[in-house]
Order: sequence, then C-alpha cells, then structure tokens
Amino acid sequence: MEQNNIKKVLILGSGALKIGEAGEFDYSGSQALKALKEEKITTVLINPNIATVQTSDEFADKIYFLPVTPYFVEKVIEKERPDGILLSFGGQTALNCGVQLFQNKVLEKYNVKVLGTPVEAIMNTEDRELFIQQLDEIDVKTIKSEAVDNIDDAIRAAREVGYPVIVRAAYALGGLGSGFCDNEEELTSLVEKALSFSPQVLVEKSLKGWKEIEYEVVRDRYDNCITVCNMENFDPLGIHTGESIVVAPSQTLNNADYHKLRALAIKIIRHIGIVGECNVQYAYDPSSMDYRVIEVNARLSRSSALASKATGYPLAFVAAKLGLGYGLFDLKNSVTKVTSAFFEPALDYIVCKIPRWDLGKFHGVKREIGSSMKSVGEVMAIGRTFEEVIQKGLRMIGQGKHGFIENSPMRIANIENALKEPTDSRIFVIESAFRKGYDVDKIHELTKIDKWFLYKLRNLYQTATELESLNHIKDIPQDLLKLAKQQGFSDFQIAKAVLKQNLGNGHEANLKVRALRNEYGIKPVVKQIDTLAAEYPAQTNYLYMTYNGTTHDIAYENDGKSVVVVGSGAYRIGSSVEFDWCSVNALLTVKREGWRSVMINYNPETVSTDYDMCDRLYFDELTFERVMDIIDLETPHGTILSTGGQIPNNLAMKLDAQKVKILGTQAIDIDHAEDRHKFSAMLDELGIDQPAWRELTSMDDIHSFIEDVGYPVLVRPSYVLSGAAMNVCSNDEELERFLQLAANVSKEHPVVVSAFIQNAKEIEWDSVAQDGEIKLYAISEHIEFAGVHSGDATIQFPPQKLYVETIRRIKKISSKIAKALHISGPFNIQYLAKNNEIKVIECNLRASRSFPFVSKVSKINFIDLATKVMLGIPVEKPNSNVFDLDYVGIKASQFSFSRLQGADPVLGVDMSSTGEVGCLGESTSEALMTSMLSVGHRIPKKGVLLSTGSAKQKADLLESAHRLHKKGYQLYATAGTHRYLNDNGIPAILVHWPSEADKEPQALDLLHRKQIDFVVNIPKNLTSNELTNGYKIRRAAVDLNVPLITNARLASAYIRAFCDLTVDDIEIKSWDEY
Amino acid sequence: MTTLKKASLILEDGTKFEGFSFGATKSCSGEVVFNTGMTGYPESLTDPSYLGQILVSTFPLIGNYGVPSRQEEFDGMSAYLESEKIHPQAIVCQDYSTEYSHWQSVSSLSDWLIEENVVGICGIDTRALTKILRDKGSMLGKIIVDGCSNIDFYDPNKENLVGKASCKEVIEYGIGNAKNVVLVDCGVKNNIIRCLLRRGAHVIRVPWDYDFTTIDYDGLFISNGPGNPDFAEATVANIKKAFGIGKPICGICMGNQLLSKAAGAKVYKLKYGHRGQNQPVREVGTNHCFVSSQNHGFAVDTTSLSADWEPYFVNMNDGTNEGIKHKTKPFFSTQFHPEACGGPTDTEFVFDIFMDLLK
Repeated sequence: MEQNNIKKVLILGSGALKIGEAGEFDYSGSQALKALKEEKITTVLINPNIATVQTSDEFADKIYFLPVTPYFVEKVIEKERPDGILLSFGGQTALNCGVQLFQNKVLEKYNVKVLGTPVEAIMNTEDRELFIQQLDEIDVKTIKSEAVDNIDDAIRAAREVGYPVIVRAAYALGGLGSGFCDNEEELTSLVEKALSFSPQVLVEKSLKGWKEIEYEVVRDRYDNCITVCNMENFDPLGIHTGESIVVAPSQTLNNADYHKLRALAIKIIRHIGIVGECNVQYAYDPSSMDYRVIEVNARLSRSSALASKATGYPLAFVAAKLGLGYGLFDLKNSVTKVTSAFFEPALDYIVCKIPRWDLGKFHGVKREIGSSMKSVGEVMAIGRTFEEVIQKGLRMIGQGKHGFIENSPMRIANIENALKEPTDSRIFVIESAFRKGYDVDKIHELTKIDKWFLYKLRNLYQTATELESLNHIKDIPQDLLKLAKQQGFSDFQIAKAVLKQNLGNGHEANLKVRALRNEYGIKPVVKQIDTLAAEYPAQTNYLYMTYNGTTHDIAYENDGKSVVVVGSGAYRIGSSVEFDWCSVNALLTVKREGWRSVMINYNPETVSTDYDMCDRLYFDELTFERVMDIIDLETPHGTILSTGGQIPNNLAMKLDAQKVKILGTQAIDIDHAEDRHKFSAMLDELGIDQPAWRELTSMDDIHSFIEDVGYPVLVRPSYVLSGAAMNVCSNDEELERFLQLAANVSKEHPVVVSAFIQNAKEIEWDSVAQDGEIKLYAISEHIEFAGVHSGDATIQFPPQKLYVETIRRIKKISSKIAKALHISGPFNIQYLAKNNEIKVIECNLRASRSFPFVSKVSKINFIDLATKVMLGIPVEKPNSNVFDLDYVGIKASQFSFSRLQGADPVLGVDMSSTGEVGCLGESTSEALMTSMLSVGHRIPKKGVLLSTGSAKQKADLLESAHRLHKKGYQLYATAGTHRYLNDNGIPAILVHWPSEADKEPQALDLLHRKQIDFVVNIPKNLTSNELTNGYKIRRAAVDLNVPLITNARLASAYIRAFCDLTVDDIEIKSWDEY
Repeated sequence: MTTLKKASLILEDGTKFEGFSFGATKSCSGEVVFNTGMTGYPESLTDPSYLGQILVSTFPLIGNYGVPSRQEEFDGMSAYLESEKIHPQAIVCQDYSTEYSHWQSVSSLSDWLIEENVVGICGIDTRALTKILRDKGSMLGKIIVDGCSNIDFYDPNKENLVGKASCKEVIEYGIGNAKNVVLVDCGVKNNIIRCLLRRGAHVIRVPWDYDFTTIDYDGLFISNGPGNPDFAEATVANIKKAFGIGKPICGICMGNQLLSKAAGAKVYKLKYGHRGQNQPVREVGTNHCFVSSQNHGFAVDTTSLSADWEPYFVNMNDGTNEGIKHKTKPFFSTQFHPEACGGPTDTEFVFDIFMDLLK
C-alpha cells in the first residue's frame, strides 16, 4: 500500500432513518469505521442519528450529533482538520453533501482528500446527462431519456418518446419524486413535485415487464475488479428495487446472460473510475439479450448491504480499505481469513429479500407500489430452495403472514386487477389466484413475473393442497411432512392446512406437528455462510437453518456457556435501529463478561447481523419454532428477550412453557405487564392511578362506558407495539368507523377503551432494575402534550419543565412497579402528568425506543448495565446523578411523508415517523434547533403560513406569532387565525382555504410560488370537513418540500428557538465535549 | 409430491446420500468432483474435461433455465454448448427445478439427461458432500437408481481420457482466414475454437496424438482436456518438437500441464482440484488480478520448471500454478480457462496476446 499520510478521517453518516435511506447506512458506516480503526486512523463521524451503532465510542473517536449538511460539515472540518473524508458510506445524504462541499471548494480550502471514488466520478453518475454521455463513450446502452428543468420541456420530451413514460428526479434518494405517467395530466403533477426536490428531472420511455438485475461491483486503484454478487428482482421492471422481492444470486439467467451483464458492469466501473464499491442496475429483456443500464450508484447502498449479508463479503469494510489505497490483493477474505479478498463469492444457498411496508399506518396513502420507494424495512431469508426462502421471508416481514400460503383469506375485489396493479400484498394475491384456478401462464401474463418464480409458488400451493386433504396431524405421511418442511412450511402452516377450522389457538397444534417431526427425525440443519461454497475450510460463525440438508456444519459444545440474544427483526414504524443498538450492546456485554454471544436476527440492514459482532450469528427467523430449534441445539446458559423490542418479548410465555431459561425478568412478570387486566389489577392493588379504561366486547358496553368517562377516548387492542391499531375517537361516528377496523386487527383480544386525557404531559421512564430494585433511571419529557405517539414526539432529556414533585412521585411509582413485577433488566414506563397527578399509561419490561438516546445523552450505557443484571452480576448504582447534566438532549422525529403519496402528515396516537435524531445543546432551544435542522427543517427566510387550530391552540401560539412578527417574517394566515392575529395586533396577510377556490390569494398558490417557506398547520379536530382543507395544505407543504409542523407545542418551542438563536449560535461540539 | 424415483449416491469411503433420480434410470460410477459455479450447467455438462466424473453442483438450484437447442449449429459446432454431448457420468444437486423458464431453452435438463442416457440425482446435501470431498480429497462414487443393479466403482483416472475425448480426425474451421492455428484437441471446448475464429484464425483441429509438426502453422494451441496428463505423452513429445519450430504456442488447462511437461516440469494431482468460476489469479510480478473460470484436478509444480521458464500466473487462494511462460520465446499457457463458458470473461485477452504473436 502506498503511503498517503492519512491520519484523521471524517465520515459522513446518513442522519435519521427515512424511507429510502435506513439502517443499511449504519451498517456501512460501522464497517468503514472498523476498517479505519484497524489502520489506527483517528475517525470523526458526523451523524445526528443518536440511536445508531456507529455513533458509539467503540466505533468512532469523535462523534458530532449534527446535521449532515454542508454548513455543519464545513464547521466540523474547520475544527477537526481531517486529512481525508469518506462520502460513500452515508447514503445519498452524505454523497449530496460531499458533492456540494467539493463544488464550494470547501474540501480544497481545508486540504481534505476525498478517499475512494473521486467526486467527479460521483457527479458523472448522479447527473443523468453526464451519466448517459459516459456510457455512450463505451457503447453501453442506457434508457433513452431527456433531462429537463421545467414543465414545458418535460411535456415535449414525453411526447417525443411516447407514453407511458417514467419520470425520475436527479440527486434524489430511493426514487423520491419518481413515477410512471400515462398521460400529460399525470406528468404535469409529478414533474412539478419532482422539481421542488431536485433541480432536474428525467423523462424516459418505460420498459415495463423487463427483468431487473443488479450487480455489486468492486474496483481498486490498480484497476482490479470483481462483482461480489448479482441479484434478480422477483417483480419485473417498474417496481423500485427497494419495493421488490429480490433473490441472490439471479435464478433465471443462464451463463451467457449472467456473464454478459457482469462484464458490462466491470466495463462501466472502470470507465467511470470508481475506487471502492458501486452498484449497476440493469433492465434485461426477458426474450432476447437486450439490456439497458438503469443506473449506477457510486456509493454503498441498500443493495450493497444486502449483498454483503447475502454473500458474507463485507463490501463496506473492503471499500473503506480500498479508499485508503489498498489493492484487493492486499486484503484477505474476512470469512476464511486465508484466501484473498480478490474473488467472487460462490453461494451454495439462495437468499430472498422482502420489503416491509407499513402503509396501513397512514391515512390516505395508496397501496400500489411502483417506481418510488414506500417500504420502511426489509428482511432476508436464507435457504436452499426458493420455496424455503420465500416462505421464511414472508413470515419474517411480520405482518401476520405465516408464509406464502395458509394465511387468513384476503378480500380481493378483482383478482385480475390485483395481479396487474402491484401492491404491497400482490404475492398473496398470487396464492388466491392459484386457488381460483389461474394457471402459471395466466398469472405471468398479468404480472410479468418470470414463470420460474410462479412455478415455484405453484409447488407450494400443490403441497398445501395435499396437506389440506388430510384431517389429523398424525395422518401426515413422513415424506409429505419432509417435503413441506423443505419447502419452508412452518409447523403452524402445516397444522393449519390439516386442521383447518379445528385449529384452535394454533400453538398446541404447532407443538403437535413439532412432536411428529421429532418422531420422524425431520429436523433442520445448521449451515455456514462461508463465501466459497465449502471449497475452503472456514471457521465462520455466520449461520442459517434449512431442511434441505442432512448434516450440521458445526459441532456444538453443549457447555452451557452461550447466551442467546433475540433480535428485533424487520425495521418497521415503531421498531428500528434503536433496538439494533440495544441488541448489539447486549452482545458486547455478554462477550465482555466471558460468555459466548449468540444472535438471532434476519434484518440485513442491521449491525447486529454483522457476523463479527457476536460469536455465532443465526441469520434466521424469530418465530417460536425457529428460536426453539436454535435453543435446542445451543443449549445456552440463557436467553435474552428484552433488548429486541416487542418480537422477542411476545415469545416469553411460549418459551417459558418449554422450560427455556429466560435471563432477567421472568415470563410470568412480563405477562403481568403485557396483559392489560393483570397489569391494571396490579396497579389498583398498589394504589397507582391510571386513565379509566375497560375491556369491552360489545358496542353497548362501549357506549355506556363512554357515557361515564366522556369523549375523547383512546381505543386499542392489547399486546401492542408502537400504538398499532390504536386511535383516539372524539365522537360516535369516529368510534364506530374505527372499531370495524380494530376488530380485524385483533381477533384474539377484545377492544380496550380508555379515557383520553387532554393537555397532559407525557413522561418516559427508562430504567434498569435488579431483583425489583431500581439501579438506574432516566426521566424524559415530551415537548408535545400526550396524544402524540411517543415514537413521534419530540423528547427532551433531562426534563426541563417538570415539577420536582412530579419527578418524586414518578420515582416512587416506578419503584413500586419494579418491585411488584420483580424486574431484573431494562424496562420503560410511560406516564401522564397533569397538575402533579400522575397516571401510568403503559409499562414494557424490555428496553424501549429511547434507551440509546438516554444512554448517550447521560453517557451511561443502560443496556450494558441491564445485560450485566440479566447475567446475574451484582451491579452498583452509578455514582453520577443522571439529571445533573449541564446540557440538554433533544430527540426529534423524522417523517417520510414526502415518499408516501397522499398520506396525511398529521400526528396522532398511531406512530408515523420512520426515524429520529438526537442532538445536544447548552439549552433546549439550541438542542431543539439542531435536531429540527437534522430532520430536514430549514429556518424560514421569507413567509410563514399559520393555521393554528382551536381557540386554545390559537392562544398557545400567540406568543410565537409575536416572535415571528418581531423577527420580521411576513405572516400569512387562514381566516380564523387571521382574525385572531388581527384582534391581537399582529399583522398578517389573509389567505384562503382550497375550498374557497374563488377567493385570492390562495394558500396553495403561495406555497407553489415559494412565498411561504414554513407552515404551521394545527388540525382543529378530526372531522372529515376540517381534515380536507387542512389536508390539502399539509400535503402541498410536504409535496413541495416546505417544512411543516402540525403540533402547537412543538411549533412554539421551535419558533422560539429560531427566533432567539441563529444557526451560528449552534456550538460545534463533539459528544465527548459535552 | 414428487414422482421421481429414489436413488442413492455412495462414495468410496462408504458414505451414502439418499436422493431422487431426475435423469437416466441406470446406475453409474466415476470420480466425484464439485463445481462452485452458480450458473452454466449446460456448459459444464458438455465440457469434455468432466469426462468420467460425477459432477456435484454446490449451487443448490439446478435446471432453472432449462437447456438450449442441441441441433442449432454455428461455425460447424453447437451454437450454445461446449461440445456435442454430455461428458460427465452424472450430475448431483440439491434442488432440481422440474419446471424451467428461458426464451432460449427448448427442453428441461431432465429430458436432456434422459435423451443422452446420463444420470441426475437431486435432494442431496451437496454442501455436506463437498465438505467430505474437500477434507478427504476427490474420491470415486457411484449412483444407484432404485430398481437398477449395483455396479463397481469406476476410476476414470486409470484411463487415457484425453484419447477418449479427443477428435479422431482433423477438422478445419474458418477456412480462408489468414492465420493457421493448429489446435491440439485433448478434449477441447467449443468456445476455445470460437475465441480463435473471432480473432481471424484458420483453426486446424487435430487429434491429441497427431503429428502436427508436418503442418505449416503460424501458431500452436493446446486445448483443455480431462484426466491425468501422464496419458498424453504423445502430445508432450510433439510439443517438444514444436519448441524447435519456434512458432508461438499457447495452452489452456490440460494444455498448460502438457506444455509444462514438455518444458520438463512435474505435474501432480490436487487434493480436490479447482472447479468453479471464482478462482482469483494474479499475473506474477504485477498487481494485475483476474477472476477466472477453472476446471482441473492436476497442477504444475513450478519448482520443477527449467530455468528458461517462469510462472506466468498464480492462484491467489492457494498459491498453485496458473500458467507458465518461456522467458524468451513466445510460449505460454494458462491453467485457467480464458474462454470461460461458463464463467467470467475477464481473461479472454489471452487469445488476443496469442493472436497478436502470430503477426
């Protein structure tokens, strides 16, 4: 390696998790940091995402919880003076920021060397025109498209290539602002939106129905190239690769196809001049060898994270080393440790990635999927047949499906349409189609999904049919049982197919199938992922389980020295990177304390599924069945269920019934907290207050309860995470409409109705107890009043505005609960406080979403302590008083409404944020401003539009309006707000609601004309009339990328912050400097 | 449920794997070897270097894209395949796809195997099998399909497989092209011929033991081929004569071993060989690395090369020889397959180097 004198390197992270840019960049960044650490290079990381693993002191030397924007990055460069910068590990956010720093000559000014792919090369791939020009130079075909920067040119270009066309926004992540247009009207609306995000959009001919294939390519500075992995989309072109089911390696390409595209990928990467990693996406004609290059991502991507997990080849790690100047031949294969990193992994298994959508969480969003990404997470299943991986994967996405088949019947209005128009549940429509007698040819014609995949799905349908012809579990022939297991059927699916309506609660039947399997000796085997298809011996700890095999790859110690940590599964709204941080920290502590750490998880975006984070990684399902399989083989010292969110928590009772040793709080106590009745009875016994509630089964009972407590009420089923299927109802109409929905969601549990207390503070208690005694706690305070889901709320820690009395009472109540539930380990309680009256909303005997936040703000690792407790190590209460901080941490939420076409960006008890940041500051205002800037807010420069809701909220925001006015902002206000401001002597321009289309000026016009650069829109109530007008304004703000706040408390805190402070007042301090 | 017949694979050491037959209903035996390529079963099956072997695919899913036409010809050879027939005794995989999908395919793999009377067995834990072969070395095996009689183990390495795989008479391709290239057929793959033709060669394909020194050629090419190179002494003797002629010589795989033998080097059997599409090789003394396609069980001992010769390429995984070259004369060879098929095409430049030497 050439000496390049790089001693200090700056890495840009990707900020909050959002649709299109999620946990994969925590993984890439962590890998890069590991690679630099190995070279003894000092690392400086900028990433406001406080819940990530990379923002831990084990990973980076200096961490700045600041926005990844040119302004802040320049400030950090000025202060830190790094020798080099890595731009390709923090997604599009980091790349865009890096390009701007390059263009502004900031990098040149401070003599910061871009490591890896040169910025010019990045720009050549990002700018569509330059990109096509580059590929034209080497005779590589691209999709003919035209770059335009205004609507008229877009219309002309579309006429030239002919409809249907696809519109893409340049410099955008995950296909933001992209879509198909069948006509001029659709084109106009889409292009307008896209141009608000991006200076340039592309209009091109659509190639719907072609295959979509991707290659991950690596190049070193000596021009040595490899393709680490190729991937094939199950769905044909037209569906964003982040929205498609994907398999690796490709399954329907023959040798000529595979190597033609591989050779092209290498030709492209050489010509562009990548040093490190990039991905090449192709459209490939299913009936010739014709192709088009769709795009090249000159950075680590979601696909590269998937490819790393799919192959065991650590792309980000290697890319970082290549950026430092190494050749591929200098590096070793990190799995075998003896063979070279210059090679192409040979897989002896197949992987299947399936996206996880949460579209049901949003009001007004369409279920259709297409060229723009909507999914919030993904899973990867590993197996040795396609049938096995697709069924595993469909269970892993955690949306109540048992696999491809044997799910609750779906209501499909029109099967042909449902096949033709892809939605988040199309694969299940295929199952219905088989049942309705559609053949593979017909389904292919409608979906354009390659017949090979459909044949495989038909195999599943056929096996299910054979099972369904039986009536008793004991009658299942051994061969059929084995075949079903080889095709990925779970014990539950088999039981359901055989027993049909006599299934009962399922779990008992599940156990019966398990017993029969054991009798027949039909058990899964453990296989290693070793990158070389067993050609070389490898001590790899990267494992999966399959029924397509006869022998285990590893020998078990059976020494009771391992500890299993159950992971958190697919990222979804309500459970994401924060539980990965918790899982990783549990693993680290387990290992440090001398146990063998064993991880079970299946989310390819995570750090916990990086095989060097633990002693043994099972990249596999988190179902009772699979966790039992693993525990049977591992015979561990114990199992940790409290660091992976709700999925492991829900397994507690079932595992306990099988005598699995659960470390920490016991299953029975977990059940006491999870079961609303038991928990409530306990609170009553302890004399702890809670909002009035009742579990009810009939409408009459519900109405009579509401007569007592009055509207609004909160309606929800038990066993919830992130408020799924929970809603506030303010009147009879809403109540009845919602209950129809909720009844579908919870069949096993009745509906719970509770009094909803308005204008109450919500307080989070995050804590660790040992044998019922509290060892560590953190109290944080929501800025919004209760009613905004805790996952969406803006939270400050330590609390700044709580009465001492409130805190004292909360501590007392928490101690009582910890004692009563014999808590040993992490737990979280949510409280309501109004006038020093404290009520308990819920209690989770596991780590909560805010654990990384309070751990990092307080600099005390809650999970480390909790894990020690669970391992039975006596712990001391930490000396430092966690409230005695002379700074404030603010956790703010990241919303991805801009990607969810049609969704109403209003907040409620149902969580809708996709990510979060946590920033520090000397004051609430400073920390709040930094965190709001980190989630994409911009300080307004021109006008502010106010529609401030009810009378109370108008009054609450009056002071803020004064501030804005004094600060010189032009205020615009809708009628009611305008009148109120006028009455109070604040000048504002009256603007009109969309429903008053004949009056001028229109709020929407001002938004479109960019005269307004900040919108405060507080919905008055949830009636549909009110919602329509407000909705249009909120949606326009989101679509036009104008910052929007819909909560009065947050709006006033934020307005105070940016009126009192300027961006220059934000101190550039690293985490350790606080 | 499957209607396939049960079948079992029995190794020389007694290990038995139970599976299902999807090819010819008969018993067979050969040397069991594994290939780690993830595509290219039609190419591998028609690669003469697999003659006498039982081919294990470590990639579990086989048959997905069916089999292309065997009738279609181009330039006097099969348009899509590497020779005119299937050479291995059998193919072994985990998951055979009874249904296939590809626009170029005309039948399933199963139909083709049955047509050519070749055995196929699926449902085998090919990873477990591979690990046995890796740890104990390649060994003999046999496949017994239910209802077929047991047979003895057959050791192909005791036979002159080169002789079996080679053409029996001279065949010419690209007549009229300017450069006369003698191609010694030790079991040549069609794509070697295609690669030469594309570069303007008039290819004179001769049997392995043919005395090509009687031909007035511009260049000599020694092909790949199956089995133990020690059986091809006749070829080695002719190559030695060609050294005297001094015209450019290039060899691939078996060609590398025969050229090495002619140069005085020793050849030895590898424990389990290199068969796959991901073998990394480095040009000795440079930073140039290539991903290559390989299929060989024997290797050249470079320490035994005479002083006029030097290693050309080296395997980056295990340091074994991947090619030799003469220090002063235009003689060189590669152990890997620059013609690919199946596999990566990164090293096709080897043909350019050879053809450029003929100018």
